[in-house]
This record gives sequence, C-alpha cells and structure tokens, in this order.
Amino acid sequence: MARRSAPEVNAGSMADIAFLLLIFFLVTTTMEKDKGIARQLPPIQDSNIIPPKIKKKNLFIVLVNKNDQLLVNERSMELKDLREAAIEFLDNGGATSSSPDYCKYCKGKRSISSSDNPNKAVISVQNDRLTSYNTYIAVQNELVAAYNSLRNRESKRLYGWEYTEIKQEIDAGTYLGDKEATQEKLKVIQQLYPLKLSEAQPKKTGN
Amino acid sequence: MSKFTKKKSSELPPISTASLPDIVFMLLFFFMVVTVMRDTELKVEQNLPKADQVEKLKKDRSVFIFAGKPSTQYKKNFGDEGRIQIGDKFTDISNIGLALKEAQSKLNPELQNKIVVALKVDDDTNTGLVTDIKEKLRELNMVKIIYITTPGNQLDQ
Repeated sequence: MARRSAPEVNAGSMADIAFLLLIFFLVTTTMEKDKGIARQLPPIQDSNIIPPKIKKKNLFIVLVNKNDQLLVNERSMELKDLREAAIEFLDNGGATSSSPDYCKYCKGKRSISSSDNPNKAVISVQNDRLTSYNTYIAVQNELVAAYNSLRNRESKRLYGWEYTEIKQEIDAGTYLGDKEATQEKLKVIQQLYPLKLSEAQPKKTGN
Repeated sequence: MSKFTKKKSSELPPISTASLPDIVFMLLFFFMVVTVMRDTELKVEQNLPKADQVEKLKKDRSVFIFAGKPSTQYKKNFGDEGRIQIGDKFTDISNIGLALKEAQSKLNPELQNKIVVALKVDDDTNTGLVTDIKEKLRELNMVKIIYITTPGNQLDQ
C-alpha cells in the first residue's frame, strides 16, 4: 500500500490573512510630507551697531494687535487686501528715471510717496504677544505670496516659466534639465525682488 | 443533448482568483515599506494653520519643535497654557538649547551644520511663545526655520 501523502494545506485563506495585514498597514500609514513657510532668522547683532536708516516711504509696516486686526501704514486693513497692498508697495518703483535707484522692470504706479525700488523696500511686521499664531502665519503667507507673484511675473517675462513652479521642481528633485543654470536664473529673479521681511520685537504689553 | 454540452463549453471560464493573494501581498509589502511608525508621541494639540506659499521640508536635516496647548490627558498636570515639546517630552523655554543639541547630534554629521528647525505650532497658540522660541534659536545660531503648515488658504474660510 502506498503511503498516503500528507494532505495539502489549504491556501485559500491566505488572501484573507494578507488582506487583514494590508488593511492594518493602510490604516497606520501616514504619508508624511511636511510643508511650510521657510524663514531665515537674523543672527544676533551687537547692540552698539547702529541700524541703517530706512526712509519712511521705503517701509511697509504691518502691525497686528492682540485681536488679530491689521494696521498697515497707519490704516486698518482686512487680511484679504494685504497681498494687493504689498504688491503695490513692492512694485511701485518710485525713483525717477535719472536716479540710480530707478527700477526698469517695475510696473507699479511710480508714486513718489511709496517705495523707490524693490531692493530698498522693506516690509516690517510687528505682532503683539497675544496675536494668534493663525493670524501670524496668514500674514506671513500673504506677504510671501506678494513676493512670489512678482517673482513669477518677472520669471515669465525673462525666461517663460513660473518661478514658484520651477523652484518646487528643483526642490523635489524632479526638474529635468540643467539644474545649475536654472538655479542661477532663480537667483537672478530673487535679486530683482529680494525678500526683505523684517520682524520687530513684539510688544510686551497686551495692548 | 449535444446542443447542451456545446453551449456549456463555449461559456466563459470563471476568472481565476489564484493570483489574488499575490496582488494583495504586493500591496501589503508596499505599505509595510512605506509605513513609518511615529517616533514621537504628540503631547500637545496640533491643528496646524493653513498656508499655500510653502516649501517642502527636507527631513534629513530637520529637527522638530512642537508647541501648543497640552492635549486632554495632559491638561491636568501641565495646565492650559501653550507648551513646548521636543522629542517626547515637554521642555521649558530655557532648556530648548540642550534638547535641540541632542536632536542635532542624531542627524547625519554632514548635515548638522545645515540644520533646519521645523516649528509645528498649533494655530491657537499666542505668537509670544513662538517669538520666545525664535529668540532662543537666534542665540543658539540655528537661524533656518520653517513653519510647518497644512495646505489651504485661510482667506477661503
């Protein structure tokens, strides 16, 4: 009599087991792709260095109080208007065509009472200590958006692509083409509209 | 009768499910590889603010600082005020330096100089706390920071 072979293990439930595991990992997976607003903090400076004088017209002062209300150059403003106002200020190019600060690529109103040149224009944000972080980020976001939209406009004019798109592609490593040369171009654009965002020390009082 | 059998043979055979486990296993392995178990347990609330002008975080060179109100189970011991968490423990503002130096030493040595501090701050926090952190970071000479946000725009709300 031939020996009986061992009965085969039923593999039918294999799929069920695998499904169970699959669902477990599906649920626990969090695709972490953190994104955010990058910033460079100013290094600590000697207190006896006198800060350079900035003309009042080259300053765009954004004050945020503890109730999250905005005061922009001494006028109250809604958050939704901040981006436009910042663009107008940065792109003003108020210097006359004879002065060395003349801005050739600016498309603003060229009003004398606003900034001379994007290179000179400084945006200063001052928060109260009790301002909510939400508003703080919203303000930062709008100001970065103002810079980005101007940079996009210039890169479109000069190179035919959008600054933010290409920068994202390079950061993600998906950019196909000459990276070095493109990074140089990005730098050129950045110099046309340099990010000059200063943050004043917040006031200690609640008012 | 012969008509019957003929009809039956021309019917489509049922789709074999024998390869189903293989397919499922493939998916399973994908998710097993992709899954990263959280290495830190969050002790503070984390509703990140929305922003759309964002850059990607380079994970290999970043250390995280969490801030926000303590989550419900820690409220009893740590109160309702905004608190800072580095690693898995609450940290006082004066001890940030030590905790960050420790986190920095865990990074790849080549990237330790390029350290980026990622601030994950709850949107309900006061800016004062964030300012204190930033002041401290300036003293520590870790000037590259990134405010982690979630996609969206606060103006759309």
